[in-house]
Amino acid sequence: MDCPVRAAVLVAGLGCAVIRRRITRVWLGLLAATAFSWAVGQGFFHGDQRNAGVVILAIAFVKIRFVILDFMELRNAPLGMRLVAEAWVICVGGTLIALYRF
Amino acid sequence: MLKDVREESGNSRAAVSHVPGEIGIWIMIFGDMMVFTLMFISFLLGRRDQSAIFEASRLHLNQNYGLLNTLLMLTSSWCVAAAVQTVRTGGTRTARLYLRVAFGCGLGFCAVKIMEYGEKFHAGIGLNSNDFFMYYFVFTGIHLLHVLIGMGVLIFMSRVATGSVDGTHTGYLESGASFWHVVDLLWIALFALLYLLPDLGVP
Repeated sequence: MDCPVRAAVLVAGLGCAVIRRRITRVWLGLLAATAFSWAVGQGFFHGDQRNAGVVILAIAFVKIRFVILDFMELRNAPLGMRLVAEAWVICVGGTLIALYRF
Repeated sequence: MLKDVREESGNSRAAVSHVPGEIGIWIMIFGDMMVFTLMFISFLLGRRDQSAIFEASRLHLNQNYGLLNTLLMLTSSWCVAAAVQTVRTGGTRTARLYLRVAFGCGLGFCAVKIMEYGEKFHAGIGLNSNDFFMYYFVFTGIHLLHVLIGMGVLIFMSRVATGSVDGTHTGYLESGASFWHVVDLLWIALFALLYLLPDLGVP
């Protein structure tokens, strides 16, 4: 095989190995969610600003949940520990949304 | 580590539940997150009282800097998670490469923050300008301190990920990684609260 072809195959192989990981898919999802929140914050989507704020906060806490479960690996932690983390996300996210909206 | 159960592959599915890192780091993380929770609540309460000032001040922030820093933090967090998974399969050299990229993202974050602070100071905006900027500088300053400590942790992790890595070393790496991910998740909340959240009064 030619050198460039071998390099392309190697890069493609590495790319496939990386993308197969769950954390890579989570990372790509987090990047997309960040871009979406930024666009909402810029007012790209016309609508009630109050809803925009709720959407921004909700997306932030969904992102935080994925960081906790997949990057911090609490998805496979003992149930009690995972429940504390999930409860923190729901309680803090919910409190902040309520404080903002009402 | 409470249970030294390692994943055989890079996938996140483990057969047995496992607490990543030392239990002490989780107590510290829990305390840190509680302090930040109070800070977030305090910010939103302040915002309710002075919504017009907070909105006008928020619009002075450069959302693009906030976006760039969020992308940098997420990428560094992904690199650190990948480094921990790679170490478990014996790939210490690749793991160190991931950690270097994570460190580079941390440096990038600091550079953007310095640029942002510089612009604010140049425009005559400081800690005492109003309540919004007091929150902004205090919150982002404390977070920046976490980033700097975290970058020190990344250097430590890079040194641990050399040669033959046993269960204890993996525990150190998991603890360090957990701290870095907290720095990431706190920034996710700060980006939403400080940069993006619009005023309720705006039609």
